Formats: sequence, C-alpha cells, structure tokens
Amino acid sequence: MDTPVVHHGAMFDTNELVINMGPQHPSTHGVLRVVLRLDGEKVVDADVVIGYLHRGIEKLSENRNWTQIILLTDRMDYVAAATNNVGYCETVEKLMSLEVPRRARYVRTILCELQRIASHCLWIGTHAMDIGAMTVFLYAFRERELILDLFEEFCGARLTYNSMRIGGLPLDLPPGWDRKVLEFCSVMDSKVDEYEELLTHNRIWLERTKGIGVISGKDAVALGLSGPPLRGSGVPKDVRKDEPYAAYDEMQFDVPIGTAGDTYDRYLVRLEEFRQSLRIIRQATEGIPEGPIVGKVPRLIKPAAGETYHAIESPKGELGYFIVSDGKSTNPYRFRVRPPSFCNLQGLRPLIRGHLIADVVALIGSLDVVLGEVDR
Amino acid sequence: MSPLLLAQVALTLFVFVMLLSSAAVMVYVERKVAALLQQRLGPYLVGPKGLLQPIADVVKLMFKEELRPRAADALLFTLAPIISATAAFAAFAVVPFGAETTFFGLLDERVRLQVADVNVAVLVIFAIASMSVYGIVLAGWSANSKYSLLGGLRSSAQMISYELSYGLALATVLLVGNSLSLTDLVNRQAGTWLGFIPRWFIFVQPLGFFIYMTAGIAETNRAPFDFPEAEQELVAGYHTEYSSMSFAMFFLAEYINMVTVSAVATDLFLGGWHGPLLPESLGWIWFLIKVAALLFFYVWMRWTLPRYRYDQLMAFGWKVLLPLAVINLLVTAAGVLYFGL
Repeated sequence: MDTPVVHHGAMFDTNELVINMGPQHPSTHGVLRVVLRLDGEKVVDADVVIGYLHRGIEKLSENRNWTQIILLTDRMDYVAAATNNVGYCETVEKLMSLEVPRRARYVRTILCELQRIASHCLWIGTHAMDIGAMTVFLYAFRERELILDLFEEFCGARLTYNSMRIGGLPLDLPPGWDRKVLEFCSVMDSKVDEYEELLTHNRIWLERTKGIGVISGKDAVALGLSGPPLRGSGVPKDVRKDEPYAAYDEMQFDVPIGTAGDTYDRYLVRLEEFRQSLRIIRQATEGIPEGPIVGKVPRLIKPAAGETYHAIESPKGELGYFIVSDGKSTNPYRFRVRPPSFCNLQGLRPLIRGHLIADVVALIGSLDVVLGEVDR
Repeated sequence: MSPLLLAQVALTLFVFVMLLSSAAVMVYVERKVAALLQQRLGPYLVGPKGLLQPIADVVKLMFKEELRPRAADALLFTLAPIISATAAFAAFAVVPFGAETTFFGLLDERVRLQVADVNVAVLVIFAIASMSVYGIVLAGWSANSKYSLLGGLRSSAQMISYELSYGLALATVLLVGNSLSLTDLVNRQAGTWLGFIPRWFIFVQPLGFFIYMTAGIAETNRAPFDFPEAEQELVAGYHTEYSSMSFAMFFLAEYINMVTVSAVATDLFLGGWHGPLLPESLGWIWFLIKVAALLFFYVWMRWTLPRYRYDQLMAFGWKVLLPLAVINLLVTAAGVLYFGL
C-alpha cells in the first residue's frame, strides 16, 4: 500500500490516517489484520494481511498417513470440523474409487447440515455483534450448544470431531440419536424466526446492511467467491446441487439466492440456508437406511498413483481438496486445500474500499471467514 | 451551624453518595438485565445473588496498574476523566428529587430536596452537559492513539449535533411550564385532567419527550448511539488507553449521566415526584420509580438494538431530529401564545 497522502485544502491540509486493525482487535474474527488507510472515517484503501494462524497443515499432511490427516482437517475450519472431515474422506474415497454405504452417506449429510447450522449460528451471532446487537450472539450460541451436544453424543467431541473415516463412519449412531435430531429441528425452526424478529425488519439493521459492500455476480465470480457471498450476488452455484456428494442427490432442497449482492442479501441467504438445512436434516433423518457404516476399505490405505480434486459445499463456500498420491508411500505426495474463507477474503479489499470503519467490521462478518482455514 | 445549613450539607453529601451508589447499582442492574434478556444468569457468585459484584469490580479496578502511553499528553490525559466525572456529578446538583419537606418536623423551615435551587436550573443542566464533551474529546486527543482519536472525534461531532435538539426539547417544556426552575416545572405538573390523566408534560409534549430521550441517549453515548466507544469498531474508543481508576471515572460518568438524564426527564415530562396514592412527603418514592423505569428502558435498548452508523446518526440528528424539534418548538410557542396554555 502507498504511503498516506496529504490533501491540500484551501485553509487546511489534511492527512490520511493509516490505522492497524488487528491482528488483535475485537471484531476481526480471530487474527485477521487489516491495514486501513483512512480519510476521516472513510476507507481509501486497505491491505489485508493474513498468516498469523499458519500451522502448515498442508505440508504436515504430507508426512502423516492417510487416516491421521482427518484429524488435521478438523483444525482448518474449526467451527465446521465435520464438513472438513467429509470433504477430505470423500476425496480419498474418490482417489481410491471406494464405495461408501448408503447409511454412511446419509449420516454424513445429516452431520454436514447440522454443522452448517452450527457454523451459521456462530456467523449470525458474531455478525450481529459486530453491528452492535449483542443479544443475538447469546441466542445463537444457545442453539449452537444443542448441536454440539448432538455431536458429543455421536463422537464424543464438541469442536474438533475427527468424526469420519475413509470409506464410512468410525461408529454407528447412538440409539435414539435420530429422535433427538428431529427434536432439535423443531426447536430450531422457531429460533430462526426469533433471530429474524430481532434483525430482519429492524430499521437500524436495514440501514447498516442494505447497500453495504455491493458486489455484482460477475465480479463475485471473477474474484473466486463461493458460498453465501456468491449466492448473495444472485449466482445460483452450490456444490450440493451441481455436483452432489454424500446423499444430497436424494434430498429435496432449494438454493436461496440474493439479488442486490449487499450485506443484507448475504444475511438473508444464510438465514434461508438455516431453513433449507433443517429441511435436509429432516428428510435424511427420516429416510435413513439400515446397513453397514463402512464400505470395503483395505487394511492399509495406499491409493494408486494419481491425483484428484473433489469439492464439497462447506458452510463458508466451496471447500476443495487436491490430493496427489505417488502410489508408493502411505502418505499423500501433495496435499492442497482450496479453503472457501481464503478465497472469499479476496473480496474484502474491493468491498470495503469507499466505506466507513463501521462497515469494515460488518463486511468482515458478512464474508464469514474463519482464520484457521485461511492460514491453515 | 444552623440546623438548616446542617441539613443542606447533609443533603449534599447524601446526593453525592447516592449518585456514587446509583452507578454501582446500575452496573449490577445492567448486568442482571442483560443476562435476563440473553437467557443467562449474570453475576451470581459475589455475595447473595451477585449483589456485591459492583464492589468486586471497583476493588479490581483500584488494584490495577495505572498505565499511560509514553506519547500521551500527561496533563490532559490525567485531567480528562476528572472533567468527565465532575461534569456528571455537577449536573445533578440542580435536579430536585422530592417535594419540600421538614424531615418529619425535625427542621423549623422547609427544605427542598435538591442540592442547589437555581432559578435557571434548566440552563445549568444544559451548560454542564455541554462541558462533559470536553472530557471525552480531551481523552481521545491526549492519549495520542489513533483509535482514541477517532472515538474523540466521533463524540465531539455527535454530542454537539445532539445538544441542539436536546436544548430545543428542553425549551418546549419551558414554554409550556413557563419557568426555568425545575422545582416550579415539577409543581406545575401536579393534579390531573378529568380526574384520571395526570397533568404530566409528556401528555402535552409527547414529541418533546421523544426528542429529549433520543438526544439524551446520544448525549450519554449509550447504545444504539455509542459510537465514541463502539467496541467492535474502535476497540474502546476514547478510553482505549485508560486503565484502573481513570477508566473507572469514565465508567462512573457514563452511568451518572444516564441517571441525570433520566432524572431530568422525570422532572420535566413525567411529573417528578407527583403521583397517586402516596402523600407528597413520600413523593421521592414516585421519583425513584420513574427514574428506575427510564433507566431500565436505557438498558433494554442497549441489549436489543444494533448500533447505528456514525454518519447515519449525524444525518438522523440534523435532518430528522433537529427539524422535528424546531417545528415542535414553533407549534408549542404558537399554542402557548394563542391558547395561553
């Protein structure tokens, strides 16, 4: 970024102010650092600095065997660990052409959608809090807690689940779990309405989000955005529909899209995703077939030489894995992730240019990035 | 020392202590009400039902190290919280909170429940409220920190623009009440219309009340207008660099300002200590109830609404609130002139 400019006025000269937002700042969602160049409170330009949470997960994975990597994927998008697990396991299955039993695919679908709701709960909480509505945060966390309880019952963990195995699931559903999921669905229905009551028609909320950070569908595609930020701009792209994985091809659901491409539309898209996720969970839970939970998996996982790319729709957007196997060792030759948060973060700079400081935090929240995934 | 003077001194001390403790009570109430709205418990460990939490907070703050950035302007940095706290205390001095009393016959003369009976009380409040902006501006500027500076700038712009509407809302009451003394204004609100509607000015001046409360929230920098300290944007705004007791003073000032704005609103619009059932000597109970209701409203607002954006607030202040206040003033003035209200 260039050095601050001095504007020469008729009476006074004014200096642009360079302000450092993050990596320690209440609303940069972790350790994002944004260097803002301000003219008054208006953002002239911004530099997005990442890398404060880099743990070398991709390189690390090249020295772990195929099963151990599942645990590392947990630590990328740590608020949607199950989705990461599913993405990785399916990639390896694709590489090895493994057949996954239908029951396992159904459970994966349920877990992915529960995870989406949990992740969106965290998003709506922090996004609303960034805009000053504190109470929504507590409400959303109350429901997220219910989902974490369900996960805890399934796999024993509440945040980093390690909940998948290559070829299926580590363990079957506990008895009565599906009933609890359905109970949760009926609770969640009214809670989404509750969030809406607090925000959707709130005049302040509308003024803070409408017309803020507008991005056209074309620009969004050009920037490589995916997930709700892309759909908010009216591009109906959803991996669940376009290239169904798990059991999505058997599910009935709609892909909500926005029209204006502003913060409000991205908010509405995610809110509708809550409802669509509940719809999918209900279908999957009611239609869950009996049968084995793991397919025919060789004792030693050692895919033949080759490479593959497989993407799934994580709560943040398109989460893709590119894996190369040399066919000789028991670990991947190359392991590369296409994290949705990282790609969506590309949009931050063009989005915040020309807006005010208050909008910067709203827009960071609107893109819903998780820094663990950005830096990996 | 005459008993009257003694009573006056005791009253002054009483108000001072009550204001201090009202801030403590407000801290507790704020946390408990927030917890109630957010479906959690709130403080419950320190003392019964967490009642001693504010004391624990103060003790904690006192034992913290007083930090000052090296590049800060030492004098102004120290002075700023003092200005804020002093202005907050001073404003309450002219606010009456009960009818004249002899303290159950202890005194020969009747004493007004108010520290200083100034005949231009409304102007005094207005003047002191304007002073309090200095504390915040100086705090923001002297810390030599960018976030503080932005907070200070925001508050100066915000408080100056809202002072106009605040003042105009006060002026309409003066027209209706035909006095500048708060005690007189309260006494004009005694009695009822048609036997059941209290003669409170809020029924004559509903718009005035709305403008006064909105501007009052902006004046005290409370949510949804808490830009100078908007946590999510400016970390802590003007008091980012403050710690220990100097931070506590800003905190104290904010809560006392809330109490003052609510107390003045009670006196001007809600009939002060007048109310049914209780005799006039116990009117201060009504006063407390009304102030408490307004304070609850403050807390309720804060935990429910998102925050406006700074430029939107300015636009709201200049383009909506100020014209409304001017029109309200003109209409009221015309009404007073023609109907002699």
